[in-house]
Amino acid sequence: MGMFYESVSIALKALLSNKMRSILTMLGIIIGVGAVIAMVSVGMGVTQNVTNSIASLGSNMLIIRPGASMSGGLRGSAGSRTTLKYADAIAIKKKVKDIDYVSPTASSSYQVVYGNQNWNTEVQGVTPEFMAIRDLTVGAGSFITENELATRERVAVIGTTVSTNLFGEENPVGKVIRINNQPFRVIGVLESKGQSSVGQDQDDVVIIPLTTAMDRLLGINYVRMINVQVSSQDKMDAVQADIESLLRQRHHLIGKKENDFQVQNLTSLMTTLNETTTMLTLFLGSIAAISLLVGGIGIMNIMMVSVTERTREIGIRKALGATFKNIMTQFLIESVVIGVIGGLIGIAFGVGVAFAISKFGSFNTVITAAPILLSFTFSVGIGLFFGIYPARKAALLDPIEALRYE
Amino acid sequence: MAQTKAEHIIELRGIKKIYQVGDQEVAALAGVDLNIDQGEFAALMGPSGSGKSTLMNILGCLDRPTVGSYKLDGDEVANLSDDDLALTRNRRIGFVFQNFNLLSRISAAENVALPLVYAGVSRREREEKSRKVLASVGLSDRADHQPNELSGGQRQRVAIARALVNDPHIIMADEPTGNLDTKSTKEIMEIFEGLHESGRTIILVTHEPEIAACASRQLLVRDGRITRDAGKGEKMDVV
Repeated sequence: MGMFYESVSIALKALLSNKMRSILTMLGIIIGVGAVIAMVSVGMGVTQNVTNSIASLGSNMLIIRPGASMSGGLRGSAGSRTTLKYADAIAIKKKVKDIDYVSPTASSSYQVVYGNQNWNTEVQGVTPEFMAIRDLTVGAGSFITENELATRERVAVIGTTVSTNLFGEENPVGKVIRINNQPFRVIGVLESKGQSSVGQDQDDVVIIPLTTAMDRLLGINYVRMINVQVSSQDKMDAVQADIESLLRQRHHLIGKKENDFQVQNLTSLMTTLNETTTMLTLFLGSIAAISLLVGGIGIMNIMMVSVTERTREIGIRKALGATFKNIMTQFLIESVVIGVIGGLIGIAFGVGVAFAISKFGSFNTVITAAPILLSFTFSVGIGLFFGIYPARKAALLDPIEALRYE
Repeated sequence: MAQTKAEHIIELRGIKKIYQVGDQEVAALAGVDLNIDQGEFAALMGPSGSGKSTLMNILGCLDRPTVGSYKLDGDEVANLSDDDLALTRNRRIGFVFQNFNLLSRISAAENVALPLVYAGVSRREREEKSRKVLASVGLSDRADHQPNELSGGQRQRVAIARALVNDPHIIMADEPTGNLDTKSTKEIMEIFEGLHESGRTIILVTHEPEIAACASRQLLVRDGRITRDAGKGEKMDVV
């Protein structure tokens, strides 16, 4: 132990007596470690963005939309069919197992008027389950009830953006607004959800009962979309299959007839996207790791020079009784110390760069312990690995030859 | 001073050192038999190429003989491993070189303490010992200077202090005055004579007859053999 301590002290003295060279050697490691941390944090930032934007749509979600319409061989756009009914949603809820919520919606853009204020916004016809599936909270008043849904009541729950634009500071609850010239009583104001990750204002919305929207406002007998929340992730595929067979049966689609609806699985979309962004992170990280490797070769290069330059010193130490192990330890510690100090500075550098990117770029970065620990361990390992050859070369020097070296 | 146990502190029997040059064998040492006793001050003389440096390296445990037996204080060292040779150099032998061979970046005291580092002596004890030995060669006021701040004579005195610090059986000096002026040479030789009087065993390589004349015994090496073995004061011609 004492001998090890001596070797550390000798190595540190040698590094200090050649400050400029030590710093330049460390620079390779600093840049390498810094780059790994910064690049991985960028990659993980991208992953987080993608995950958030999908998660904001709800977890374990299946989205059912009507398919494209067909008339005389002409295919319309997706969702243009009118075959998806409110009754389909009720049937799904009743017959398919492992479902938490089913939320059919029909929506359209309308001008909303209060007094002399007006505002153009999205009016969504929903069922009470919409609140749970979208994770909404009502700030003042209440949400739409089953009762209001059954009686096609003209009631509305509004988002904060709509509230601000129509009512200003006034309390909207109990007031009457006009949508498409029909009076709707405001029964609640949603708590603000802010912008979605794709930049959409989630508070710019008016919510009314689905039946009211279909029969009184839009005059349609179908729904535009059914959101289904599955109770657990591993049930997603089974539930999707059950829904598909149920709807085929209800829509009388026999044999090879094409579906007149489509079911999207957000979880599988997320998995695919996650795989892609993880690849991106690994790709960025491995490019950075190459620079770390180059830094390691820099250490080896300098250590080789250092050994040659200090041949006589090694000869003297050997003549005075230094063993193979003593000399080996001395030089190995030198290169490991370069790895350790370079690694620590590199961590600070990389974290700094990641912060700067998220602060000055329009881009968020995620710093976690894993890349920091990994790249630090790697830099120390590189110091050790690339130090072995020069240290061994030093330790194997013949003392007579070394003493004669000019 | 370390107590010796053997009759002769150095006992060489049939020492040969053979180098392979191309397909020819060259004998740097062609069979050396030599006894050196505790407390002797022996001067090794000889022209360059005579084999005296090779003999010195073997005596100093820096090199191994090709054949022959070398007993240092009764222990056979001819076949020791590299690590054991390092240990022997550290504990039993003190070196003084022609070009001093001090480490330039550390102080005189730290240079003197180097053999103690490899002997595993604690920092405090090293500090204490190295200053004491430096004082004994008259350099207590120079302990914290770096070698480049010292004169040639002072540097060699630091080197002698370093050779003495681990209290070795033998001091090996290879042309210790070769790089010094007359005044410093005189000072250094006085130190060696003082060490001899206090009972140290000293082996000194030189090609200057005046230096060799200080020794109690003069050995002439020629063509890899010891050709003359004379007492103190006998004038010996090298050539």
